Amino acid sequence: MDKHSSFAISNPHKVTLDNIQKLGLWLGISGLLILVLATLNVHLEPKNIFVLVSIGFILIGTTVYARRTYLKQPSGIKNNHVWFKSLTNRSVLGWSVGIILTLFYVLLYWFPKFLGLGINGEPNSGLIVMFDSISMFFKEQPASQWFVYGTLYTLAILALGIKFMYKYRHNQYQLIRTTVVIISQLFLAYLIPEILEGLNSETPYFAKDIKNMWPLNYYFFESWHLDNMLNGGTLGMFYLVVGIFMFLVFTPIITYFVGKRWYCSWICGCGGLAETAGDPFRHLSSKKLSAWKLERWLIHSVMVFIFIVTVVVLYGYFTGSGEFLGLSIYNYFSKPYGFLIGAMFSGVIGVGFYPMLGNRVWCRFGCPLAGYMGIIQRFKSRFRITTNGGQCISCGNCSTYCEQGIDVRAYAQKGENIVRASCVGCGICSAVCPRGVLKLENGPEKGRINPTDVLLGNDVDLMNLVNNKTSKF
Amino acid sequence: MEHIVIIGNGISGVTAARHIRKLSDKKITIISAETDYFFSRTALMYVYMGHMKFEHTQPYENWFWKKNRIELKKGYVTRVDTKQKTLHFINNDTLQYDKLIIATGSKPNKFGWPGQDLDGVMGMYHKQDLESLEKFAPNNNVCKRAVIVGGGLIGIELAEMLHSRHIPVTFLVRESSFWNKVLPKQESEMINKEIISNGIDLRLGVNLKEIKPDENGKVKSIVIAETGEEIPCNVVGLTAGVSPNIDFIKDSEIETNHGVKVNRYLETNIPDVYAIGDCAEQHEAIGNRRPIEAVWYTGRMMGETVAQTICKNRIPYKPGHWFNSAKFFDIEYQTYGWIWAEPKENEARFYWQHESEKKCIHISFDKNTKEFIGINCLGIRMRHEYFDKALTEKRTVNYVLEHLADANFDPEFYKLHEPEIVAKFNNEHGTNIHLKKKSWKRIFNLTN
Ligand SMILES: Cc1cc2nc3c(=O)[nH]c(=O)nc-3n(C[C@H](O)[C@H](O)[C@H](O)COP(=O)(O)OP(=O)(O)OC[C@H]3O[C@@H](n4cnc5c(N)ncnc54)[C@H](O)[C@@H]3O)c2cc1C
Ligand code: SF4
Ligand code: SF4
Repeated sequence: MDKHSSFAISNPHKVTLDNIQKLGLWLGISGLLILVLATLNVHLEPKNIFVLVSIGFILIGTTVYARRTYLKQPSGIKNNHVWFKSLTNRSVLGWSVGIILTLFYVLLYWFPKFLGLGINGEPNSGLIVMFDSISMFFKEQPASQWFVYGTLYTLAILALGIKFMYKYRHNQYQLIRTTVVIISQLFLAYLIPEILEGLNSETPYFAKDIKNMWPLNYYFFESWHLDNMLNGGTLGMFYLVVGIFMFLVFTPIITYFVGKRWYCSWICGCGGLAETAGDPFRHLSSKKLSAWKLERWLIHSVMVFIFIVTVVVLYGYFTGSGEFLGLSIYNYFSKPYGFLIGAMFSGVIGVGFYPMLGNRVWCRFGCPLAGYMGIIQRFKSRFRITTNGGQCISCGNCSTYCEQGIDVRAYAQKGENIVRASCVGCGICSAVCPRGVLKLENGPEKGRINPTDVLLGNDVDLMNLVNNKTSKF
Repeated sequence: MEHIVIIGNGISGVTAARHIRKLSDKKITIISAETDYFFSRTALMYVYMGHMKFEHTQPYENWFWKKNRIELKKGYVTRVDTKQKTLHFINNDTLQYDKLIIATGSKPNKFGWPGQDLDGVMGMYHKQDLESLEKFAPNNNVCKRAVIVGGGLIGIELAEMLHSRHIPVTFLVRESSFWNKVLPKQESEMINKEIISNGIDLRLGVNLKEIKPDENGKVKSIVIAETGEEIPCNVVGLTAGVSPNIDFIKDSEIETNHGVKVNRYLETNIPDVYAIGDCAEQHEAIGNRRPIEAVWYTGRMMGETVAQTICKNRIPYKPGHWFNSAKFFDIEYQTYGWIWAEPKENEARFYWQHESEKKCIHISFDKNTKEFIGINCLGIRMRHEYFDKALTEKRTVNYVLEHLADANFDPEFYKLHEPEIVAKFNNEHGTNIHLKKKSWKRIFNLTN
């Protein structure tokens, strides 16, 4: 990159907050502070009150702040100063948040005792004990680190989803999509699974987030999980059947009709976090061709990897053997996948690196389910982003704000529709386009891909002459 | 190998180069004094506003040029010697060409106002203008107020830019309503409101008299001609239109008027010399178009056309139906066909405006034949292909309204106003048009 290509600009944005914004901010920060203090083992009693106050403050604070901030301004695209702000231009604040998030994930996955998880029958302490009361409420057992994570995750989607809806309040697609994202997380991923677990506390654990299907849920076919489902009574059998049906039948059919967006940016939890908490970082994804090459290589490798792991694991399950071709199935297959992909990739890098690499690193480079749906979307689907004739002015807003790093402009400026495996259909490219060039829509497959050399607006003879050489559209 | 040299790395020059490369193996060189690489001028505002970094305005990655064997040369051409087929550069460099394409774009108009060259006075066209804006108006401490002179598309963009940095803006517009030489009254008024509601000090019907300097030769204030009012300011933006950037060929043998004179094949009076984009002037205007068309789309179309001609498929420049778009603060604007500020003799008009939101459409059609002539849309997106086809097929306004659902291009789930629009038309014109459901078949031309 040549060094003249970007202006050295300090933040020209004078942060002037009014009292309501300050109130919101302080509420939110106080709520967070309670959790930080708890993590540092400060005694806060009574815990059940403190944790509810913390959650309430975060939720109300964010809402008050966002509502005030965005309703003060006219509705429309709100990207002023994005590249000047320390949080969102990979400067100090961005790095700090990235490091803290990454650290949190490292503790969560590998050192939960530092978050206060009671080991060997000891009671919880620190952050985790704060959530005991909520966990007891749902399932009469103390909180695990995963319960705390799930609660905070849901809180993030809820609070920042509300913020997102104020920000895009002029855009009906975004409003409806985000409502669904929030509801899916709150109910399908959080409340219903926790309640079901409470109701079935005798049966062994199996994943009850019905939309978290294989291969995103990589342990679905592992022996312990299969056994637990089989031993899980009617509910277990139901989850087993639905889990397979979702992947094999439901997903391809829906993806054919509306593209993979129904999952990736409407109901998925990873996508949900990316769309809400990750929204301020969407412009940080790399649009380089080299990144696209890496993406195709990586995501398909992960797909192959999970496929092999699953086949091997199932082989082990049905033969009753712990080995495959002389290799320990656990040590050589399930464990590395869980560590490398499940924890490192989707957690630590996927979320921890939001402020450096953008909000969809996992969805773009790693997620095998996204890879699977992507193939359907690219080759057998009615979904496309239509380019509006010759209206594109090559401004680059669409490419800049595409979280999946798709160079949308490269297609739009040629008058071509965008049909790409990785598009999650978030609709932001269409929202930010200042010329109304892009529309996400589902239509007939015929004419979905329309290679053009000469654009609409030009002499009809020339268009026919040139374009008919390349296409029969 | 034939050497094609293109002066100007804007949309027209770059489109020509890309298409020549597609069609041939010729040697291609693009010259520019402005930047190393092609960037989108229309996106400059977003850099200042912090939506994008400058590198994001570049539609092609830097390796693109080498890979496509398009040579880039940075330098300012001072003279064209058409006899020797040689370009002379400001640093005394020279370059030989076999065929020359002049694609040097525009420069901001200056009308000889006193003080127009002071520090802090700038146009908003080149990357250098952006740099100087960054210097003189980085924030509202350095720039306490800015005055913009000239109410066109670039003027309103500059107002939005400065506004994004909380700099108070006074906007001097000569006309009695914003851009009302192009926009009909209703649209123009909606934009006036939008400007004012964003806190811009909009002054309609006024002209600039002079710009006054402080003791350091920097802008201190401006004076309004009509009222004599003096407005203190630190930056003056001159956005009273643009004109072709062709001073360096004025004393060559290439014929010029306002722009470089070209025929329909985009050829100048000198063999092997062509001109395209903002700087080209047609001998005779094409249809209702102006002889000089300083817009992005036409630059691109001329680039596509001249590439054919240069690669042995000599064809005339035949732009299709007029279209354009812009964004006025938060209001998007699209237009298809012609809808003049004032209706012509044979025209009737239909106007619909949303009761509370900033949305309207304005349709022009022939009084007698009912043939559809053009549409303006504010706050509603419409499908280019739909109107292009309707114009080609000379459809009536009734047909256009009947199939308006096909035309809508707003994102999914947006409220559709078509029923209301059609009802209003029926009411005003005593017609009985029934809105048809959106049909993919029609949209995709699968049937009629
Ligand atoms: C802020 C702004 C917003 C705009 N928004 C829109 C819009 O929304 N829609 C729209 O349709 N149009 C818009 N336009 C107009 C559009 O950008 C122009 O019509 C288009 O860029 C012209 O392209 P071009 O290739 O003819 O010339 P240019 O893009 O002007 O490129 C010409 C190049 O030649 C170089 N050059 C000139 N003389 C010499 C020389 N002697 N030696 C070397 N190099 C030289 C120049 O430095 C420049 O780099 C906008 C313009 C501006 C400034
Ligand atoms: S192409 Fe558009 S809709 Fe698809 S992921 Fe990118 S921004 Fe979202
Ligand atoms: S945002 Fe719109 S106008 Fe800008 S490059 Fe993308 S499609 Fe083109």
